[in-house]
Amino acid sequence: MPKIDTADGPVWKRRQTPKQLMIWFGWLIAVAIAAYAWHLISEKTVWFFVWDAPRQMLDISTRMVPPAWSYMDVLWKPVWDTINIATIGSMIAMAIAIPVAFAAAHNTTPHRLVRAGALFIIVSTRSINSLVWALLLVVVVGPGVLAGTLAIGIRSIGGCAKLLYEGIEEINQTQVEAIEATGASPAQKMIYGVLPQVLPTFAGVGVFRWDVNVRGSTILGIVGAGGIGVQLNASINTLAWTQVSMILLVILGAVILSEWISAKVRHAII
Amino acid sequence: MSPPTSPYPNSWKKPHFIKNPLLRWGLILGTAIYVALALGTMEVNWIRVWEGLPRGQRLLAAFFPPNFSDTRGVIIDGILESIWMAIIATIGGIVLSVPVGLGAARNLSPRWVYLFCRFIVASSRTFPEIIVAIFAVKFFGFGPFAGFIALSIGTVGFFAKLLAEDIEAMNKTQAEAVRSTGSSWFQWINYAIQPQVMPRMIGLSLYRLDINFRESAVVGIVGAGGIGAHLITSISRYEYDTTAAILLVIIAIVISLEYTSGYLRKWVQ
Repeated sequence: MPKIDTADGPVWKRRQTPKQLMIWFGWLIAVAIAAYAWHLISEKTVWFFVWDAPRQMLDISTRMVPPAWSYMDVLWKPVWDTINIATIGSMIAMAIAIPVAFAAAHNTTPHRLVRAGALFIIVSTRSINSLVWALLLVVVVGPGVLAGTLAIGIRSIGGCAKLLYEGIEEINQTQVEAIEATGASPAQKMIYGVLPQVLPTFAGVGVFRWDVNVRGSTILGIVGAGGIGVQLNASINTLAWTQVSMILLVILGAVILSEWISAKVRHAII
Repeated sequence: MSPPTSPYPNSWKKPHFIKNPLLRWGLILGTAIYVALALGTMEVNWIRVWEGLPRGQRLLAAFFPPNFSDTRGVIIDGILESIWMAIIATIGGIVLSVPVGLGAARNLSPRWVYLFCRFIVASSRTFPEIIVAIFAVKFFGFGPFAGFIALSIGTVGFFAKLLAEDIEAMNKTQAEAVRSTGSSWFQWINYAIQPQVMPRMIGLSLYRLDINFRESAVVGIVGAGGIGAHLITSISRYEYDTTAAILLVIIAIVISLEYTSGYLRKWVQ
């Protein structure tokens, strides 16, 4: 805290003047960026529709109640599909992500080149949203649950493997050395030294990813990749708002349930 | 001479990950039954898949070389729109989430404010950004404004929750020290709480910018502006070389954002 001597005695300030100026300058740049971005976005906006939005909201929300409870009979199968897309997708992802993670971690990778390859797999699968993967896979394997499952699976390889290899890199190396000191082979070192340390992490990552994927799989139907999103898209396009609200309630239930399960399981493991 | 019988066991087995055998076998059996059921009820048109394989090959072949020529100027336009949308949504979302986050911290707010703010956080977290974007497009019309709204709502759920948790985990003695000097509520927030949570919040806002860019690349699929619209157009026009170019640009930006935000976060903390 700098002290400035004035005629009336010392005055205390929170920061030195140059630092204060720097902070102000940073704020100035941030505000300028925000203003410019806002300018660009507002240029492309039809403001009439925006001002009309409250009326639209009121209109659609009155059309949404009461939810079409009877529509639930149609929804059981899509809900089951949605959960399956998330679960099977997560399983596929974990099956591929575990070897990739061992190849990507500093302390278990067989070679630097292998590590680079594994990191490339992680980055490229992670950077593309599962919806985009679904778009591409619908072209290849046709619309339906399979495309969705594969899309979730591929997107999750990177998501899981990143967390897994960070977990592997954090292990306690002395335990591995202790196993090595008994004359263990590399495979034994892995099974008795590394694996017991990382298994809880693996289980936690799997359950966490499953939770994320349940959320993700509800929207894949928008591009035709199966699950409850197909019904959502169809109901919105036909303006069947009571069905839409029913679907939203079901999605809400699925998301809350999966979050609760994943929290419980992770609490039990860690 | 017989070997001396030792009271200790001379073989050892690794303990199982799940110690209770009943639970272990139950889980294995349950998983097996579930997987069988799930795969059994999965409707897959294998003929279509078989027909699709050469199509997949053609798709991959069309990916190389990627066509960056961008004759209609849409890629650069869409990417820039996505980037600006992500930036303004991050800023707007954070501005909105500061009061919500303060309200959702149990040690700062009265109970009814706490419950109200927690409700806002929970409701903006439940639905995926794409579903929010669909409704934003219905309400606000096509274009990046809808995307901005959708991403801002997502940001509020994320940022306010973490801000509230961070405030709840703060060092109480500093807050008490400032309070005991007779500070007003705003001074208290400004001098006792803000300095404690600021470094982490800067890191989180960079992280959220990263997430928002990823999302802004896909909200275009439902008409909410950004590169997503051009992505889906290029796929439906079978211009897979353009698709490849767009995907590569997205990957490049995501990676560079991730590295920059990681670097900046290290620098801030």
